[in-house]
Amino acid sequence: MNNEELKSAILAIQPAATFDESGEFLNVHISSELLLPLMLELRNNKDFYFDYLFCETCIDWKDHLMMVYHLTSKSLKHTLVVKGKISNRDNAEIESVAGIWKTAEFMEREVYELFGVKFLNHPDLRKLILDDYWTGYPLRKDYSDPVNLIEY
Amino acid sequence: MDVKEIKQDPFPGLVEPTDDGAILVTKLDDVINWARSNSLWPLYFGTSCCAIEMMQTGASRHDWSRFGFEVARATPRQADLIIIAGTIVIKMAPVLKRLYDQMPDPKYVIAMGACAISGGPFYYNTYSVVKGADHIIPVDIYIPGCPPRPEALLHGMISLQEKIKHTHNGQQKRA
Repeated sequence: MNNEELKSAILAIQPAATFDESGEFLNVHISSELLLPLMLELRNNKDFYFDYLFCETCIDWKDHLMMVYHLTSKSLKHTLVVKGKISNRDNAEIESVAGIWKTAEFMEREVYELFGVKFLNHPDLRKLILDDYWTGYPLRKDYSDPVNLIEY
Repeated sequence: MDVKEIKQDPFPGLVEPTDDGAILVTKLDDVINWARSNSLWPLYFGTSCCAIEMMQTGASRHDWSRFGFEVARATPRQADLIIIAGTIVIKMAPVLKRLYDQMPDPKYVIAMGACAISGGPFYYNTYSVVKGADHIIPVDIYIPGCPPRPEALLHGMISLQEKIKHTHNGQQKRA
């Protein structure tokens, strides 16, 4: 599917989605609560068949967090970026997609330790690289560490 | 072209031949230091790109075995020199401390490259990097560079040998 076909097909299953085509790929913006049903549809629908999650990360926009999922379909050769907005920074929660793409398990553990996003229904939500007793989320914009970091 | 001859380190003492053997006159300190400095066994320990340069120093072109570093050991219990070749992150710090503690005395430490000296040119302002390996273990020789060339590492290692040769009862002599 090309971008226009993807847009109309996604709008048919989720009318609340908005789009952004300024980047390399087609971006779909959606709120975090509506993410999981859309993702299930993107994975299982034979017209989309996004069978490969090649990147999952998070962006801190200071007033909200945004999960970013890069999806591609190995057979249909189309690519899509899904962005899930998490409005509540202090208690950031989103449904895990590890049940859909197994590779998300480690990427979500990394986002969990670095951004403090809690993934609901994740099979093994522990810190990945940092110490187990680490406090704070180093990649958040408001992270401060008076010992190791220089303030500008 | 003038080729500077590499002088072999002579045995520190006098050998007086006799009819059926020889008499050896020397100082125990000198013999011990001579032996220690010429058979430093480095530990295989590399945490980032400096380790590539360290491998090159051990390989045939630079060949650190010419100076007595021949046997790199894979276990700290058989090594007496640890070359910290690379960035030490906070999670690695207790591992480095344990490796150092497992090495038998006398043991020596070389901090190779900017990361091991001060946290590195790129990583000094992060949450995860130790700002110099000397926060964890005592360091004998610092080799600047990013990464240092094999010549610089060899120079640092030969400087360590010189340092060892100027110890007395295992203690550093006062200048």
